[in-house]
Amino acid sequence: MAQLLPSVWRHIPERYSLLGSHCENCGKDYFPQRPICPTCRRKGKIVQKLMPREGKIFSHTLVHAAPAGFELEAPYHLAIVELKNGVHLLSQIVDSDSEAIQINSPVKMVFRKISEDGKQGAIAYGYKFKVVRNAAAASKPGKPVGKQSTSSKK
Amino acid sequence: MRQVSIIGAGMTKFGEHWEKSLRDLVTEAAVKAVADAKLDGGEIEAIYGGCMAPGLFAGQEHVGALIADQLGMNPIPSTRVEAACASGGLALRNAYLAIASGAYDIVAVGGVEKMTEVTTEQTGVILGGAGDQEWELFMGATFPALYALMAKRHMHDYGTTEEQMAACSVKNHANAVHNPYAQFQRAITIDDVMKSGYVADPLKLLDCSPITDGASAVILCATEKARKYTDLPISILASSQASDTLALAHRGSLTEIRATKVAGEKALKQAGLSQKDIQAAEVHDCFSIAEVMAIEDLGFFKKGTGGKVSANGETALNSKLSINPSGGLKACGHPVGATGVKQAVEATVQLRGEAGKRQVSNLKNFMTHNVGGSGATVAVHLFARGD
Repeated sequence: MAQLLPSVWRHIPERYSLLGSHCENCGKDYFPQRPICPTCRRKGKIVQKLMPREGKIFSHTLVHAAPAGFELEAPYHLAIVELKNGVHLLSQIVDSDSEAIQINSPVKMVFRKISEDGKQGAIAYGYKFKVVRNAAAASKPGKPVGKQSTSSKK
Repeated sequence: MRQVSIIGAGMTKFGEHWEKSLRDLVTEAAVKAVADAKLDGGEIEAIYGGCMAPGLFAGQEHVGALIADQLGMNPIPSTRVEAACASGGLALRNAYLAIASGAYDIVAVGGVEKMTEVTTEQTGVILGGAGDQEWELFMGATFPALYALMAKRHMHDYGTTEEQMAACSVKNHANAVHNPYAQFQRAITIDDVMKSGYVADPLKLLDCSPITDGASAVILCATEKARKYTDLPISILASSQASDTLALAHRGSLTEIRATKVAGEKALKQAGLSQKDIQAAEVHDCFSIAEVMAIEDLGFFKKGTGGKVSANGETALNSKLSINPSGGLKACGHPVGATGVKQAVEATVQLRGEAGKRQVSNLKNFMTHNVGGSGATVAVHLFARGD
């Protein structure tokens, strides 16, 4: 169902820059951002934190039957990626040989178009991941995009 | 807390009901359950109806009021309960709690979904709403894809094979042959599953439950008053529920559904039973891998062995443990809001000894296990004969 632009726009810091949360009480990282630390709850102290952009494939699938809006992309690879800080997220895997997409393959974040709201509507961008042949050459964390900054603490 | 029993049960045939609407289906199931309970209808004090997405499937919200209206039951309270594919299980649980608390003596529980009003692609998007819209669906995830991610990791960690998963579908179809209410009353082979097309690798079409129209209903009554209506009430020994993160990726494990473990353990504790006291269970096999994990997470089989024991026939009808005698979601069909209540209907029919050729023999205690989404909600119930 078509959604208005703000639903895409609200998530720009997270989807463009992997801006997540960190609890200063227990030290755990979360992505996407969480208002409350599930471990510490009231004792938690949540601040924003950029996630690492490298990790490895934790599990993967090749989607043949696509939902509405993704028909032209099928078949496409989806994975649960384990980032270097242990945080898991779901992402498409692109720009990679199918045989290279295996559990534990090293991956890094790339910035891609995710979807468009019809021919006239907003285009949504965000993260996808690609397999890195040489993991040592993976890129360093970039600068955050959007109105929020990395160092903001509540 | 008061004891609660089922005194009546009914369901529509599950399948593609092009000629029937959501209201036709829920009315048919409810009328059957009321008649089965030998009630006039006026004795019913409240209604709980499980329904996942009538607004998106048929443009109709406010289904609680719709059910009471269609059944001619106004002005009693009528509440729609939504928890994705666990909507029915939670409707049952809410009715159970309402009677156990003493608020009511007799409550009707319905579950319904009318899924064939939209295209398959739209169905994928609507069911996707059971997951996390902003962090799963937005990225192109589907429900088969989420369960495929679990299956791939289960295969990696425990050596589970596609053939072992296929065995769950084959067994469930074999059971559904004897269920006149099942969507697919026909047997399939491992080869059929293996040759069906990939939906999301490693899950193929015949690893997946179908798109189904259908409704189911049970009538609950305070056990102390149940004998007034039936000589054989079916006791609800336990009702439990647990939750987990909405998105699959945000959990610690892909090979275990924690909410299933928690709800299963709580239910057994409430009933004072252990796994060996259960002879049969309806588990939530929305995908073959879901059944493999369910029989592990409920504690019937050791973690990692679910595929192997399924392929060995240990979950077939009247083997070690009869899993999904109705045919399960795979072969009986999965009208999402109706499934949790249908599981209670199957428990009732089985415990009464009226299941015909799919009857579980020497049956004492029956478990039902209903999952919402990829495991963010789980409801478990335990049943036994009340005579």
